[in-house]
Amino acid sequence: MVKTVPQRVRGGAQPPRTREGPSVAVRAGRWVRRHRVAPYLLLLPSLALVAVLILWPTVQIGTFSFQNYGLDQLVGASPTQWVGFANYWQILHDPEFWLSLKLSVFSAAAMVPLTLVVGTLVGLLLARLGRKMAAFVSSVAMLAWATPAVSASVIFVWLATPDGGVIDWFLTKVPHWLGGGAHWAGFSWVNAALPAYTLATALVVWTSFPFIAVSVLAGLRTIPSELFDSARVDGAGPWQVFWRVTYPVMRPIFQVLFLLSVIWDFGVFTQVYIIIGELGQRDEYNLGIYEYSTAFQTPPAYGLASALAFVLTVILLIITVGYVRASVREGALL
Amino acid sequence: MTIVSVPRPRSWRRSRSSRPRSLRPRSWRRLARRAGLNLVGLLVALVTLFPIFWMVSTAFKPATEWYTLSPHPLPSHPTLANFRAVIDGSVIGLPYWNFLKNSLFVTLVAVVASSLIALLAAIAVARFRFRFRTTYLIMLLIVQMLPQQALVIALFIDFRSWNLLDSLIGLILVYTTFALPVTIWMLRNFVAAVPRELEEAAAIDGAGPMRVFWRILLPLVSPGLVATSVFAFIFAYNEFIFALTFLGTDTAKFTLPIYVQYFYGRNGADWGAIMAASTLFTIPALAFFLLVRHRLSAGLVAGAVKG
Repeated sequence: MVKTVPQRVRGGAQPPRTREGPSVAVRAGRWVRRHRVAPYLLLLPSLALVAVLILWPTVQIGTFSFQNYGLDQLVGASPTQWVGFANYWQILHDPEFWLSLKLSVFSAAAMVPLTLVVGTLVGLLLARLGRKMAAFVSSVAMLAWATPAVSASVIFVWLATPDGGVIDWFLTKVPHWLGGGAHWAGFSWVNAALPAYTLATALVVWTSFPFIAVSVLAGLRTIPSELFDSARVDGAGPWQVFWRVTYPVMRPIFQVLFLLSVIWDFGVFTQVYIIIGELGQRDEYNLGIYEYSTAFQTPPAYGLASALAFVLTVILLIITVGYVRASVREGALL
Repeated sequence: MTIVSVPRPRSWRRSRSSRPRSLRPRSWRRLARRAGLNLVGLLVALVTLFPIFWMVSTAFKPATEWYTLSPHPLPSHPTLANFRAVIDGSVIGLPYWNFLKNSLFVTLVAVVASSLIALLAAIAVARFRFRFRTTYLIMLLIVQMLPQQALVIALFIDFRSWNLLDSLIGLILVYTTFALPVTIWMLRNFVAAVPRELEEAAAIDGAGPMRVFWRILLPLVSPGLVATSVFAFIFAYNEFIFALTFLGTDTAKFTLPIYVQYFYGRNGADWGAIMAASTLFTIPALAFFLLVRHRLSAGLVAGAVKG
């Protein structure tokens, strides 16, 4: 009785409290504010998912690549053993690895410049078109971008089919001096690496040029027109205007678009998987497909595949570092 | 599906047009130039549209019209037989709706989940300055560049032990997570664009953090949420590698991309039916895309070309 009196005085007209004081929610709120943990709490769900489903698997790939992880280890029939660099050693002496790496490098070397050139040209065109026409062309182009990779790949295989495909039909109609002719009738585009990757390149350019074009257009809109005016007054033609004005000003944009294209095109999977007809033709594998088939074709060799995956990841990470540096330098993190 | 932070060149102020105004040519030359440019634009649009057009056109053709050495652009005797074969499920034994249902379920749940989780993270990144903020943002940039065909090996082994293979829940988890980096990256600009004064005014009027969130922040960033969710939608609806690997042979659980690929693999050379399946998979995506195109470009500008 005596003890409660001063409390009542201090509490004044407050409603009677339970012995624990303020509710759990209120106390938690105070704790959050006092220790400034609010941002960390907000980040927690995303961080947990990314950690469990992206970061941890990456670590696992690294671990598996030093183990003899196979079907027996997957089902627990025999224990996982560390094998040191044996998987990497095997890769280095594997002609199929070098072939797949070569195909990845060469196809990216064809896809990236073509995508950038086509995308930039369309972007420059969009900047010169009237408002309505530009909106129409860019919407149509973005439809190609939004077309699912699986659909796009199946469509391109159909366009290139030897029986009834419209590409072979078109090539037979092209005059001889342009490389067309009757010998294109029934030409198979998927049975050898060079034509298959030519088709894949056409497909990748079709899918990804709209994004480049829209980005270039957005960049062009930031250049003050006075720059073009003065260049033209000085007698510069369109070619010179591009290389002397547009390109230097938009260099950071082109740099980022280039790095992004390299990352995407070096790791292209779905399109090639469908064009070469799933995992049938081993001499048409690129690095990603070779790694995937090593993991998921019987007998599965998860350890060896992880070593391949690790090589692929490291190559892409090296390019990513350049991309991140370019982004940070341009203030993307602000 | 990637964060695209295309930087804007520094120190240039915006200007509406890149065309020089002081050097207007005579009007007939301008007209000719304009006509020429429009012609080129039309040509680009036609060439770009052609594969999609050819898919739809083939889907309506009877076999005699697509299996020919002199193809015509439009079917002369349009038929619905190809679509009927797909919808009746003559190949897998299950109708198209089954796969559409799987795809929509996975996609919608993943989009909603990733949008909400990303919104929380975007608030943290846009509204607070804290240790590891830069680290976190750089981590997002790097993480979304990791090749999925590499991660799928470890995830397959993990999901096998967590009993998430052959399960749409497993796919939802993966799609939610892999959509996060881009969604966070784009959303943080929308959150940052909400004036802080509004929130402070509400707080002074006695609104708690929850109330500020529901009454002020959420309504103001909802256009941004729509824009970013388009990217998550396109990613989840189109995703191939994880679905291919995790769904294995359980055809009833297939999502549309796997279904179309399986249909194509099984149907050999019935291109009419394959194109019908592909059309039924593609058109919803494109229709959705056209519907939200304007918001999408807002997302592109906010996320991609960040000033």
